[in-house]
Amino acid sequence: MSDIILEVKDLCASFSTPEGPVNAVNNLNFTIRAGEAMGVVGESGSGKSQTFLAIMGLLATNGTTTGSAKLLGQELIGLSMDEINKIRGHTMSMIFQDPMTSLNPYLKVSRQLTEVLVQHKGATEKEARVQALHMLDRVGIPEAAKRFDMYPHEFSGGMRQRVMIAMALLCEPALLIADEPTTALDVTVQAQILDLMRELKDEFNTAIVMITHDLGVVAGLCDTVNVMYAGRIVERAPVDFVFDEPRHPYSQGLLASTPRLDEKIHDNELVTISGQPPNLQRLPKGCSFAPRCIHARDRCLGERPALHQALPDRFNACHMEEGWS
Amino acid sequence: MFSFILKRLAGAIPTLFIIITLAFFLIRTAPGGPFDKERTVPPEVQANLNAVYHLDKPLYEQYGHYLFNVIQGDFGPSFQYRDFSVTDLIGSGFPVSLTLGLTAIFFAITIGMSLGAIAALRQNSAIDYAVMATAMTGITIPNFVMAPLLTLVFGVYLGMLPVGGWGDGVSQAILPVVALALPQIAYIARLTRGSMIEVLRSNFVRTARAKGLPERVMLTRHAMKAAMLPVVSYLGPASAAIITGSVVVEQIFSIPGIGRYFVQGALNRDYTLVMGVVIFYGTLIIVFNLIVDIVYGMLDPKVRMG
Repeated sequence: MSDIILEVKDLCASFSTPEGPVNAVNNLNFTIRAGEAMGVVGESGSGKSQTFLAIMGLLATNGTTTGSAKLLGQELIGLSMDEINKIRGHTMSMIFQDPMTSLNPYLKVSRQLTEVLVQHKGATEKEARVQALHMLDRVGIPEAAKRFDMYPHEFSGGMRQRVMIAMALLCEPALLIADEPTTALDVTVQAQILDLMRELKDEFNTAIVMITHDLGVVAGLCDTVNVMYAGRIVERAPVDFVFDEPRHPYSQGLLASTPRLDEKIHDNELVTISGQPPNLQRLPKGCSFAPRCIHARDRCLGERPALHQALPDRFNACHMEEGWS
Repeated sequence: MFSFILKRLAGAIPTLFIIITLAFFLIRTAPGGPFDKERTVPPEVQANLNAVYHLDKPLYEQYGHYLFNVIQGDFGPSFQYRDFSVTDLIGSGFPVSLTLGLTAIFFAITIGMSLGAIAALRQNSAIDYAVMATAMTGITIPNFVMAPLLTLVFGVYLGMLPVGGWGDGVSQAILPVVALALPQIAYIARLTRGSMIEVLRSNFVRTARAKGLPERVMLTRHAMKAAMLPVVSYLGPASAAIITGSVVVEQIFSIPGIGRYFVQGALNRDYTLVMGVVIFYGTLIIVFNLIVDIVYGMLDPKVRMG
């Protein structure tokens, strides 16, 4: 199909540290199509944020990216700073977890919005102000005209995230990467932000990547889900399948450890996945999840299962699923 | 804004009062008096002198008398330079000291911030280490060591620059300005480096990069302002350090500024001159800190005046 927005092949991201390289992202492959909302879930340190920071060219200075990520056919990995700057904020934008610190506290909100249009569209400050104000209105900032020339600290957390979203959408990007956009917000505000993203997705036909550890967010917004563990995708499926019948033991554990109001908690205990995620400096030879997996057998420790297609649309990286063949 | 300035100035009055009181009694605890000379004067002359300057009165009465005059803006005559009032001496020395101090501050800010920013952008490179090593040296060597050292090297051994005096061209100003500015350049460079490194890792700089702003715009528009704030706060203490430094530097380079009068005054037990300079310096530092607070408020929208 020709409506592929982002095509990622063999993407790796590693960080050099005094203790040796840390392999945060290992050989990822996925594609995102126009209008699709893809969820990426996993624990902290599973590499979900680093994957997309790598694609944006925003890794920390000790990070290196290899592999390929093509946005609308254009290779992003290895671009010079000038070249990637023409794409960031223009055809692909990103919003972040903490709206309280993601806006510059020393600049007016208006300036932080208009500079995007001035930079990418060559707009004059005056034109940019009109468009930016319109967008601020669009993302539901009440009395946008009055607040336009205020500083970020005069906005609430939810409003700041709306400003971030407005900023990201100014150039109508093909891809919007949202890195835990609702984690730092109140539950009611979370719902509002998700509603807004759903609306905008339909209105602008923007492909959305939703990075989160909150399965509820995924359920509400995404079409497909990638479950990541130790820098690899362990399961990929349409969202309903992951919730109704997760196949990978990690996905099952993740889902089981989400507290639900409609199920009684036995013995007042929350379900957890025992053990710790592996050290990314010394990834095990076999399946990264094997040390914590209740189904693990000898083969899991010795041989890493590849992500294989189990059913149409459904991918899984587990030997059990392959029938231990 | 105006009421903020008024409030701050009113708040400075008790501070100044404490400075005056402490200085008044401290200088009098020093042994000797303004008219004790190697050559003893007849007791009658001594008594007359003391009477003229109220030195025969009890200490508390002298204090009250001095305070009363100071409130009216009268710092009294100098005991040593008898033809001049303290106000005259400060008035003649201040332009010199101000030129020296402002030049030093100017170089401290421009050179210090540039070096710090460069070091931060090239963190852990050879340039970074070189800047930081130089800065550490600059901070640890006090100016009463640095000034004679500079004089010795550039004035005596190399014969490149004059070793003292003031007013005959720029070359005379180079060594004193360098001696005065060097520790501040060093300190500001370290301060800028630290805050710049922190700012470059901050979330809003990541946002600026994610927006596709060129590195130059990101630095000048987004990072620099935030990185400057600690430096602006430091300018208050820096001005105090420049003032105390100028006392030493003016003495070493024979510069006719207030600092030199201060040292001479202290050595000669010229009570009124020392007191005048102390009050003047105190006021100067208070005013400078007020300016720093106003500038800070303009840079950081979260700081509200009022």
